[in-house]
Amino acid sequence: MTIRDLADKLGSRVLIGHDRLDQPVYSACCSDLMSDVLAFVTEKTVLLTGLTNMHVLRTAEILDLKCLIFARGKMPGQEMLERAEEMGLVVLCSPHTMFTSAGLLYEAGLRGALMPSGAAQQSAS
Amino acid sequence: MSASALDKHYPIQHGDYTRAGEASADIKRTLRQLGVSADMMRRVSVAAYEAEMNMVIHSLGGEMCLQVEADHIRLTTQDVGPGIADIDSAMREGFSTANEEAQSMGFGAGMGLPNIKRNADAFDIQSQPGQGTRIEAVFYLS
Repeated sequence: MTIRDLADKLGSRVLIGHDRLDQPVYSACCSDLMSDVLAFVTEKTVLLTGLTNMHVLRTAEILDLKCLIFARGKMPGQEMLERAEEMGLVVLCSPHTMFTSAGLLYEAGLRGALMPSGAAQQSAS
Repeated sequence: MSASALDKHYPIQHGDYTRAGEASADIKRTLRQLGVSADMMRRVSVAAYEAEMNMVIHSLGGEMCLQVEADHIRLTTQDVGPGIADIDSAMREGFSTANEEAQSMGFGAGMGLPNIKRNADAFDIQSQPGQGTRIEAVFYLS
């Protein structure tokens, strides 16, 4: 599965990274708590979130995430988009709620990012 | 004690959510330039980001330091207060005294200190109410 497949499945707008849509993706996580994402995500995965502040980008930078999907049609600011472009991220904007977006991605075959061993089960995934 | 192969200091300001994370991003770039493994780079920079956010949210300001030696990386933070009254509670996942502004940024969920400890090979925290808090996280390179 590629990021392009995810974008098609969600009917999402591609905000940044049109030339990077053919990267393969194997997992995703879904959270508004960046601390949870930092705690539990160990893969270069996709982050689905409703937050559109710079700390989503910082988290993506720290974890080398590939793709951000903003739920419920939320649009990040221009500064964020420019920074995301510099980082080489793909940024999508899903018209669906976070729950429905996650459901559609799961239905398409995407699974939750693996947690490190010993981590609590209240995962961000 | 011998001088560190690399020793970088970053001032951290209380409440500066705009710049919060810049020090950690620089730490990650520095480790990448040094050729540190991807897994180690992730562990150190996640710990640094959590520590940096903790200082921005809770402290009155302070400094974060990165020291890289031949066999380990040491990350330390030292702030000027207000200190932590109950370290045992602060170390428990889910315990938080963060305000709404921090929570609106996706932090303040009570994961910071446990997350730093989880990523480090050795972890120490010293704090007194009314005084500063010092955190040291060591990562062994092997």
